[in-house]
Amino acid sequence: MQDLIWLLPTFPMLGFLSLVLTGGSLPRKIVAVIGAGSVGLSFLSAVLISAQFLASGEDYFVKELWVWMAIGEFTPGFNFYLDGLSLVMMLIITGVGFLIHLYSTGFMVDDPAYSRFFAYMNLFVAAMLMLVLGDNLVLLYLGWEGVGLCSYLLIGFWYENPDNGYAARKAFVVTRVGDTAMAIGLFLLFTQLGTLNIQDMLQAAQQQWAMGSPLAIAAALLLLGGAVGKSAQLPLQTWLPDAMAGPTPISALIHAATMVTAGVYLVARTHVLFELAPRVQMLVAFVGLATLLMAGFTAMTQRDIKRILAYSTISQIGYMFLALGAGAWSAAVFHLMTHAFFKALLFLAAGTVILSLHHEHDIFKMGGKRKQLPIAFWSFIIGSAALAALPFTSGFYSKDEILLAALAVEGPGMLLWIGGVIGAFFTGIYSFRLVFVVFFGDSQGHHEAKEEAHWSMAAPLMLLMVLALLGGWIQVPLDAVFSSGAGHEEAHVSLLVHAVMIAAPFLGIGVSYLFFMSKVFDLDKLMANPLANSLHRFWFSGWGMDALYQRIFVNPFLYLARINRSDLIDSFYALLVSITRSAHLMLARTQTGYLGWYALSMAAGLVLIISLGVML
Amino acid sequence: MQSIPIEHGLILAGILFALGLVGVLTRRNIVFVLMSLEVMLNASGLAFVVASARWGHADGQVMFLMILTLAAAEVAVGLGLIIQMYRKFKTVDIDVLSEMKG
Amino acid sequence: MILVALIAILFLGGVLAWLSERLDSKLPRVIALAALVLDLVLMLTLLGGDSADGSWIVALNVQWLPRFGISFHLAADGLSVLLLLLTAFLGVIAVGSAWSEITERPGFFYFNLLWTLAGVLGVFTALDLFLFFFFWEVMLIPMYFIIAIWGHENKNYAAMKFFLFTQVTGMLMLVSILTLAYFHYVQFGFFSFDYFDLLNVSTSSTIEMWIMLGFFVAFTTKLPIVPFHSWLPDAHSQAPTAGSVILAGVLLKTGAYGLIRFAVPLFPEASMNFAPIAMALAVLSILYCAKLAFAQTDLKRLIAYTSVSHMGFVLLGVYAWNEIALQGAVMTMLAHGLSAAALFMLAGSLQHRIHTRDMRDMGGFWAKVPRMSAVALFFSIAALGMPGLGNFIGEFLALLGAFSSNLPMTVIATFGLIFASVYSLWVIQKIFHGEYSNSKFDDSHLIDLNRRELAYFGAMILGLVWMGMYPQSFLDLSAAALQELLAGTQELVSTVVQN
Repeated sequence: MQDLIWLLPTFPMLGFLSLVLTGGSLPRKIVAVIGAGSVGLSFLSAVLISAQFLASGEDYFVKELWVWMAIGEFTPGFNFYLDGLSLVMMLIITGVGFLIHLYSTGFMVDDPAYSRFFAYMNLFVAAMLMLVLGDNLVLLYLGWEGVGLCSYLLIGFWYENPDNGYAARKAFVVTRVGDTAMAIGLFLLFTQLGTLNIQDMLQAAQQQWAMGSPLAIAAALLLLGGAVGKSAQLPLQTWLPDAMAGPTPISALIHAATMVTAGVYLVARTHVLFELAPRVQMLVAFVGLATLLMAGFTAMTQRDIKRILAYSTISQIGYMFLALGAGAWSAAVFHLMTHAFFKALLFLAAGTVILSLHHEHDIFKMGGKRKQLPIAFWSFIIGSAALAALPFTSGFYSKDEILLAALAVEGPGMLLWIGGVIGAFFTGIYSFRLVFVVFFGDSQGHHEAKEEAHWSMAAPLMLLMVLALLGGWIQVPLDAVFSSGAGHEEAHVSLLVHAVMIAAPFLGIGVSYLFFMSKVFDLDKLMANPLANSLHRFWFSGWGMDALYQRIFVNPFLYLARINRSDLIDSFYALLVSITRSAHLMLARTQTGYLGWYALSMAAGLVLIISLGVML
Repeated sequence: MQSIPIEHGLILAGILFALGLVGVLTRRNIVFVLMSLEVMLNASGLAFVVASARWGHADGQVMFLMILTLAAAEVAVGLGLIIQMYRKFKTVDIDVLSEMKG
Repeated sequence: MILVALIAILFLGGVLAWLSERLDSKLPRVIALAALVLDLVLMLTLLGGDSADGSWIVALNVQWLPRFGISFHLAADGLSVLLLLLTAFLGVIAVGSAWSEITERPGFFYFNLLWTLAGVLGVFTALDLFLFFFFWEVMLIPMYFIIAIWGHENKNYAAMKFFLFTQVTGMLMLVSILTLAYFHYVQFGFFSFDYFDLLNVSTSSTIEMWIMLGFFVAFTTKLPIVPFHSWLPDAHSQAPTAGSVILAGVLLKTGAYGLIRFAVPLFPEASMNFAPIAMALAVLSILYCAKLAFAQTDLKRLIAYTSVSHMGFVLLGVYAWNEIALQGAVMTMLAHGLSAAALFMLAGSLQHRIHTRDMRDMGGFWAKVPRMSAVALFFSIAALGMPGLGNFIGEFLALLGAFSSNLPMTVIATFGLIFASVYSLWVIQKIFHGEYSNSKFDDSHLIDLNRRELAYFGAMILGLVWMGMYPQSFLDLSAAALQELLAGTQELVSTVVQN
C-alpha cells in the first residue's frame, strides 16, 4: 500500500485532466462526483497508507518514481518522502480538502462555471500534495508554485469583476516575491551542499556548516522569505485579505486550511537549517509575534466577515511562526492541524451565512441570525471557541503548547509570551465580536433569510465541528521528525501562567460582550474620540501596508513603465536613422538639375583636387 | 627656324580653356554651352599639339586627332539631343530644363 | 548524406511550392507541409543512431573551394539534432498557422518559408564557417520578404529594420570569420574555414577579443539582447503569424546556437574575460524588456519583448559556461520556441478574428472563447516559469548553473521571475478576464478555436508538459555535445577563472 503513495496526487490530477479536457460539457452531477470523489479516493488511500506506515514503525519511507532531471550531481527526482510531518500534512490536505470539496458541490451548485471550479480545486489538491510529499526542494518548489497558481486562478474565479482579477494578481505577485527569495535559497543550498534532496541536504548542512555560519544564516533567511510570502506573514501579508475575493470554499481550503500553512511546513521541514542559524530562528519568532499582533488589531476593526477571518488566519499563522521560532516544531504543526479544522469550519460556516444572505459580507448588516441559521450558528460558536482557545477545544491545546514554548525561549521568552497572551486576548475579542454581531441582537436586514441545509453542505460542517472540538486529542506522530529539536521536556511553570493563559481569551470575550451585546460601552462614543478614530482607521487599513507598498513598489514601476513605453534604446537607432536621412537630404539638395551648377561643381572639384595635389 | 616658345602656346590654350569654361558656366542657351565645350576641347587639343611640337613626339598629335573625332561625335549626339529637347520643351534654356533633380 | 537531404528537401520543396501555385493555389501549402513532415521523419532516424565520432552523430565533409580551405562540412551532434527537431516541428506548426491566413501569392510565401527554414537547418549543422555564413544569409533574405510582403500596416519599416540589423551585424561576423581564417593562415601556412581547424588558432588576447566581439554582436543581435533588440518588436508585430512563429521559435535560437557552438569555443579566453559584461547584458535584457513588455498595449509587441526577456536567461546560461547552465540555456531555447510561438499564434488568431492587436480594446474573452482562453492561460503560465512545464526547467537550470559562476548577476536575474508573472498575468487579465464588451471591434468572427488550431496548440502543450515533467529525454540528447564543448575549453577557462 505504501508503494501506492503516488496515487495521492494522481487521483486529483486525473480529476483535473478529465474536467479540463471535457471543457465543461459534463453534467453537474458527474462533475461533482469527479471533483469530490477524486479527493475522497485520495483521502482513503492516505488513511490506508498512514495506517500501514504507523504500523510499520519506520521513521520514514521513500518512493522513487522517476528521475526528473539528471545533470552531474543535480538529480532531483519525482520521489515521494513520507514521514510523520508529511503524513500529518497529507491527511489534513486530503481530509479537510475532501470535506471542503463536498461542501462546494452544494455551495457552487448555481455557478455556471461549476466544472472549471472543481478542475482548479483538484489541481490545487494535487499540487499541495506534491508540496508536502516531495523528497527534494525542487519538487517542493513545483508544488509550491502550483498551489500559488491555483490560488491565483481561484481568487480570480469570478473574472468578470476586475477587482477580483487585481486581488488574484496581487496574491500571485506578492507571493512570488517570496518565491524568488526561496529560489535563490535553493541555488545557494545546491551550490554549497551539492544536493537538493531535503534529508541529504540537512545532513550535509549539519556536517559542513558551523552554528551561526553566514551561509546557514543566508540560506535560512532566503527560505524564510519564501515562507513569509506563502504564509502571509509580515512583511508580505498584504495579499491574503484581498484574496477573499474568491469563492468562500476557496478561502477555507487554500487561504486558511492548507496553502497558507505551506510556509510553516517549509520551515518545519528544513528546521535543521534554522537551528544552525539561531538569529534567523529568533527572527522567525518575532515575525510571528509582530504578525499575530498586527493582524489581531486589524481583525477587530474589519466589517467584512471574510476579511475578519482572513486577518485571524494571518494572526494564527503568526502563532505557528512564533512556535517555529521558539523551536517548538511539533507545536507549530499541531496548531497548523487544529487551525485547519476550526478555520475551515469558520470559513465554511461563513460561506453558509453569505449564501443565505445573498452574498452579503458586512457583518453589521446581519444581526440576530441564530434562529434562521442554526447550523452556521453552532459552527461559529464552536469554531470561535476553538479559535479563541477556550479550554477543552482543539485550539486550546495547541495554543497552550505554543505559549509555553515561547516562555521557555532563553532571552526574550517573557516578551514573546506576553505578546502571545495579548494576541490571545485580541482573538477573544474579534472572534466573539463576529459571533455577537452576526447571530445575536436585532436583525439588521435579510429578515427572510433561510439556511440552505443540503446534506452536502451540512455534513462537512458537522464533521468539522467534531474535529474542532476534539481535534486537540489527536496525537501527531512527529517525534521522529523533530528528534533533534530541543524543548520537549515538560516545562514547569507556575499556576499563575496557566491561569493567565486561560483567562486572556475569556477577558477578550468579556470585552467583546460589553461592547457588542450588552452595549455597556458605546462604540460610537469611543469612535468620536479623535485618537481612537485615527487608530481605528490605521488598523482598519491593515496598518497602512498596502498604501506603503503601492507608493514604494507599484507606483514607481508603473511610472517607469509609462515614461518608457516606447523603448529609450530604440530612440538611439531612430537617431541614427534620422542622421542618415538628413545627410541624405542634404546631399540630395545638391542635385539641382541645373547644368551650370553641375559644371561649376565639377570645375571647382577639379581645381580643388589639383591644388591639393600641388600642395602636397 | 625660330619656333614659337612653348609658354605662348600654353598660355593661349589656357586662355581658350578659361573662356570656354566661363561660357559653359554662364550661358543658359544650351547651344552656346555646347559651343563653349567645343572651345574647351580645342584648347586642350592645342595644349597637346604644343607639347608634341616641343618634345618632337607624335603622341600629342595623335591625341589631338582623337579629340577631334571625339568632339565631332559629341557634337553630333549633343545637337541631336538638343533638337529633341527643343521639340519636346520648345526651349533651349537649360535652367528651364532642370528636370533631373535628386 | 542525410543532412544534405534535409536541407535539399526544403530547398526543392520551396521551388516546387512556388511553381505549383500556377496549377492550384492550394497546392503550395500541401507541398510545404509534406516537405516539412518528411524532414521531421528523417530527423527522427537520427535519434536512434550511435555516434560515429565522439559526440557527432552524423557528419559530411566534401571539398568545396580547396584553394581557400572552404569545404562543404555539415555535421550534427545532440545539440544540433534537438534544434533541427525544433525547427522542423515549428515549421509544420507554422504551415498550420498560415494554412488559411495566407491567401495572397501562397506559392511565393511557402517558397520563402521553406527557404528560411532550410537556411536555419544549414546554420544548425554547418561546421565550415564560410558555409555557416552562407546559410546565415540564406535564412535572412526570405524572412525579409515574408515580413515585407505579407506583413501588417507598417511592414516595410519593420522588414527593413530587421534586414539592416541582421545584415550589418552579419557583416561584422564575416569580417571576424575572415580575420580568423587569416590568422589561421599566418599560424599554419594554409587557409581553412573549418571549425575544427579554427579551434586551434591562437592569437594575442586583444585580437581574440575583437574577433570574438564580431561574433558576439552578430549572435546577440539575432538572439536578441539589449541594446541590439529593437528590431524584434517591430518585426514581430508586423510579420504574419507564420513569420512570427519562425522568427520567435527558430530564428532567435540560431543566435544562441552560434554563441554555444562558435563564440565561446573558438575564443574561450576572450569569452570568459567578457563573461561578466555578457551576463550583465543578459540581466539588463531580462529586467528591462520585462518592464517594457508590461508597458505595451499591442499584444504582439508585448510578446516580442517577453521573448527578449527570456532570451536573457539563455545568454546568462551560456556565459556561465558549465553543464547545468548550458543545459538550462538549451532547454530555455526549446521551451521558449514552443511557448513564444504559441503565444504569437494566439495573438495571430485573435487578430485574424477581430482585426486588432490593441489590448485596450479587448477584455472578458473567456466568456466568449473559453477554449482559446484556456490555451492562452496555459501558455502564459508556461511563460512565467511554472514548474512542471518546459520553461521552468530551462530558466531554473540556467539560474542554478549561473549562480556558482556569477552570484550577483544571478540574484538580480532571478527577480525577472517576478516581472514575468506581472506581465503574463496582465495579458490574461486584459484580454480574457474582465467584462466582455464588443464596442471597439466587430465580434462577428470571434469564434472559438477550430479543430486545426486545437490540434497544433495541443501538440505544443504536450511538448511543453513533456519538457517539464520528463526533461531527461532532451537533456540526455544534448549532454554529450555540451560535455565535449565544455571539455574543449576547460583548460583555458579554468586559467581565466583563476586569474
